[in-house]
Amino acid sequence: MTAQDSIHYDSEKRQFNCRGDWDLAHLPHLQTFIANIPWPRAGEITVNGESVCKMDSAGAWLIVQLQHNLKKKGLHVLLTHFPDESQKLLHIIEKKMSDETTLPEVKKTNLFSIVGASTVVQLAEFQEYLVFVGRLTYEALRLILYPTHWRWKSLASVLYRTGYQGLPIIALLSFLIGVVLTYQMGLQLRNYGANIYIVDLLGLSVLREFAPLITAIMVSGRTGSAFTASIGMMKLNQEIDALTTLGVTPAELLLLPRIIGLFISLPLLTMWSDIFGVLGGMVMSNTMLGITWYDFLHRFPHVIPLRSFIIGIGKAPVFALIIASIGCFQGVQVKNSADSVGLNTTRSVVLAIFFIIVADAIFSIIFSKMKL
Amino acid sequence: MTSNDSIIEIKNLKTYLGRSWVHQGLNLAVKRGEILGIVGGSGTGKTTLLREILNLTQPVSGSIKIFGHELTTASANTLFAIQQRWGVLFQSNALFSSLTLLDNVIFPLNEHTLLDYETMKDLALLKILMVGLPIDSALKYPAELSGGMQKRAGLARAIILDPELIFLDEPTAGLDPNTAAGLDELILNLQSTMGLTIVMVTHDLDSLWRITNRVAFLGQGVVLCIDNMAKLVKNPNPLIQAFFGGQRGRAAEEGYQHDQHEK
Repeated sequence: MTAQDSIHYDSEKRQFNCRGDWDLAHLPHLQTFIANIPWPRAGEITVNGESVCKMDSAGAWLIVQLQHNLKKKGLHVLLTHFPDESQKLLHIIEKKMSDETTLPEVKKTNLFSIVGASTVVQLAEFQEYLVFVGRLTYEALRLILYPTHWRWKSLASVLYRTGYQGLPIIALLSFLIGVVLTYQMGLQLRNYGANIYIVDLLGLSVLREFAPLITAIMVSGRTGSAFTASIGMMKLNQEIDALTTLGVTPAELLLLPRIIGLFISLPLLTMWSDIFGVLGGMVMSNTMLGITWYDFLHRFPHVIPLRSFIIGIGKAPVFALIIASIGCFQGVQVKNSADSVGLNTTRSVVLAIFFIIVADAIFSIIFSKMKL
Repeated sequence: MTSNDSIIEIKNLKTYLGRSWVHQGLNLAVKRGEILGIVGGSGTGKTTLLREILNLTQPVSGSIKIFGHELTTASANTLFAIQQRWGVLFQSNALFSSLTLLDNVIFPLNEHTLLDYETMKDLALLKILMVGLPIDSALKYPAELSGGMQKRAGLARAIILDPELIFLDEPTAGLDPNTAAGLDELILNLQSTMGLTIVMVTHDLDSLWRITNRVAFLGQGVVLCIDNMAKLVKNPNPLIQAFFGGQRGRAAEEGYQHDQHEK
């Protein structure tokens, strides 16, 4: 049925006839048709609903809307001959529309207030982070006195998931980094016939910088995000509330094992990464630069001081604290919705990587001042 | 349109879930314009039945006809057409947590109609008012609403397309008695003004007495009995007696009869 059939306006009699289906499906047509009717300037109009087959609340809304609009133009509208059910519906909708107030306006914001508001939010979040770290430290110190509350099982499972299960991917990535580094540096060294110096360059760069950094970035993507998502879902599910009421602080069972676990496993993973990074470099030196296994391994301990290894490994616990604390903090910050889990997981990874690189830069400055 | 024709017809439905047969040849017909309650003990497949009618779970065999279309073999287009004609209120409301209440209610309109935003907003606001929510709740997010308000919001979303058929999964679960009674009232009201057919799964005995026309009792994988409450509670089947014969069942019955006398 087309709109022409649904509506007939008789300008002589000032009668508006509704026919057929007045429902949601026909609403767009009806609306355009009504908009094109040449309404008189004043007087009375009858709306006749005699031949309406079907009317749902959308159709009734349209009629009430029409009545309101015409009233505003100074026309008086009379509804006649509507079937009983439609009349009931019209009545209810009219009542609802009459106490309908407009929606509260959403305030428009300008650039300055947006920047200001987000600055305040960031600062507030930073403050909350400090509070979080403070509470956690206090909790950790408190728990030292109660060895019965140490959660060995949780810790073991964190070690297993963050450490053991990460071994293959870390090994593969580090190996590839070793290969790539050797290839790029080897091209330059070969020009000077200084092939053997690849051992110095590779050893220093992998041990001091690449292994800790790559491992930390990989782990923040693998583990930091997992911390946030799992703690966030537990929070949505009220599991954290349940734990608290059962007399187990979330810090004790969920947060501290994760942080301590990563604190242990990240240095180990970094060492693992050292091994495979150097191995990758060694394979590449052998095939590309013609340095034998023996030469490589013989030169390595002579030119790479133990200090480099220790500096590299030493950064890992700091990175671990950054990843785990940000991951857990963002998890605890999850609020109310599934969206918030996604948002906080993203934030957790981005912030962790950001602060890892910042911390690495600070380490470099400190080490260069200390002439290490 | 006679009141006798069925809007849903389920024949010989069999379902196998979790290593056991949930439905073993279940038959059920829902008449147009009625409020049908579905009850049964825990694990008798009430929610599974609802999910099968909604095409969220596939049965092993049997036929489910809805608006005269066979659901189990329906094409995507038929299904899309059917989905415009029903509304669902889920047990946990299933409001989209990232959208405001208004956007939640507008969502089906946006998907299924070609209306402009102003019209959609007005229609959505109308439905929000019709379910008895205050206008300023429209801009709130689901998490900011109380449990009862979320239920109402879910109902507003279920009725926004003016469906012929509404499914309610435990609409009064977890609500205080006052709010639950208000929701019962609202459901009755909507049914009478909009001519809806309502299928509700519920454990709320007061709701069953007050608003249903007929009640289907599920047990042993089939519909054991389908009748109005007054007759259903007299059914001698031990499962049905165990369900309604307890103290709470009798209290609800007495409460209902007391109300009837006062009227």
